[in-house]
Amino acid sequence: MATVVGSVMTSHVPAIGRAIAKGLQQDPYWKPFFDGYPPVRRWLAQAKPDVAVVFYQDHGLNFFLDAMPTFAVGAAAEYVNADEGWGIPTVAPIRGDASLSWHVIEQLVADEFDVTTCQRMKVDHALTLPLALFWPGEGPPPVRVVPIAMNHVQHPLPSPKRAYALGESVGRALATWDADVRVVVVGTGGLSHQLDGQRAGFINKPFDLMCMDALVDEPRKLTKYSALDIVREAGAQGTELMAWIAARAALGGRVSKVHSNYHVPISNTAAGLLALANDAPLSRAA
Amino acid sequence: MAEKRRDYGIPGTPIFDGDAAQRGYALNAMCFSFNDESNREAFRRDEEAYCRRFGLDEAQRRAVANRNVLELIAAGGNIYYLAKFAGIFGLDVQDVGAQQTGMTKEAFKAKLVEAGR
Repeated sequence: MATVVGSVMTSHVPAIGRAIAKGLQQDPYWKPFFDGYPPVRRWLAQAKPDVAVVFYQDHGLNFFLDAMPTFAVGAAAEYVNADEGWGIPTVAPIRGDASLSWHVIEQLVADEFDVTTCQRMKVDHALTLPLALFWPGEGPPPVRVVPIAMNHVQHPLPSPKRAYALGESVGRALATWDADVRVVVVGTGGLSHQLDGQRAGFINKPFDLMCMDALVDEPRKLTKYSALDIVREAGAQGTELMAWIAARAALGGRVSKVHSNYHVPISNTAAGLLALANDAPLSRAA
Repeated sequence: MAEKRRDYGIPGTPIFDGDAAQRGYALNAMCFSFNDESNREAFRRDEEAYCRRFGLDEAQRRAVANRNVLELIAAGGNIYYLAKFAGIFGLDVQDVGAQQTGMTKEAFKAKLVEAGR
């Protein structure tokens, strides 16, 4: 049976890719951000996941408005990254775990999530940068991925409650995956930020810190918000928080905080990092 | 264009909804094409022809010519696709934020730092 070791949630701003490419990790602007990651890397090195289930958002690399799925699950043996138009170096293809993807898809549909399945899917910085932050260096990340893309481009967006239920369903899939693999659940995006409109540059530190606390012990608290509430409180692009909510929900019960970091600003964004160890990695989700 | 826009009650915050997605389709399709360097190059080479190829309307064409982000959003542009357009000119999201808020880039960055205190 699969072992769910825990979850790591992190921001994924494109500028991080440029900073990595230029080796700016110890630059005064970047240091408070990059210094958050070594404790998480050490924990991952001990937890040794084989697979990362990644809740993230596509920013117009794979999906366009011609066909915009609310939830899309990758079901491929490999995922390619490509030019996103804003100058981040592309990375080598990322390995997938298609059989686990289909198992997750079967559980999601059984739980009445009518997801889009993607046997070919490009993955953008929202998936590749977190992996580069967790496993830096030249080589490919030591995990296979199951990417789950959540629409945050075009309203109406799914609610935090729906994101939570999505995560729970994925957690059920992992609890019944009959394979000797170790799984980490990743949520990427956020925290508060807004790129568009006269309110561009909006950041809400108290709200972010409240969310990071709630995600540890009382994640359901966040399901009382609507998607528009999140826009109001965390900025137009702060809705990426949904990926953190889904990732936390996939763990189910009790967790222990391994490490967290919060730094403002990276580019236009409040950058958050939260690693949670699963206290009952083998228990079957309810 | 005199269509009635829904008010979501969040000041200074455009909501990219179905109305905007329909209105902005051509503009966003053009910006989506800028994922490819060959398309960015074609735009640089002949902006007028490139915009025509995607069927931009007059307001969209004007907003592109003005390089004005708030006008581009009003014309149905989505910020993620528009960021690819901004990338052609080497502009990042802080340039884009500074322009929309009428601040210098330095002042905009200072405001972000202040938000973290």
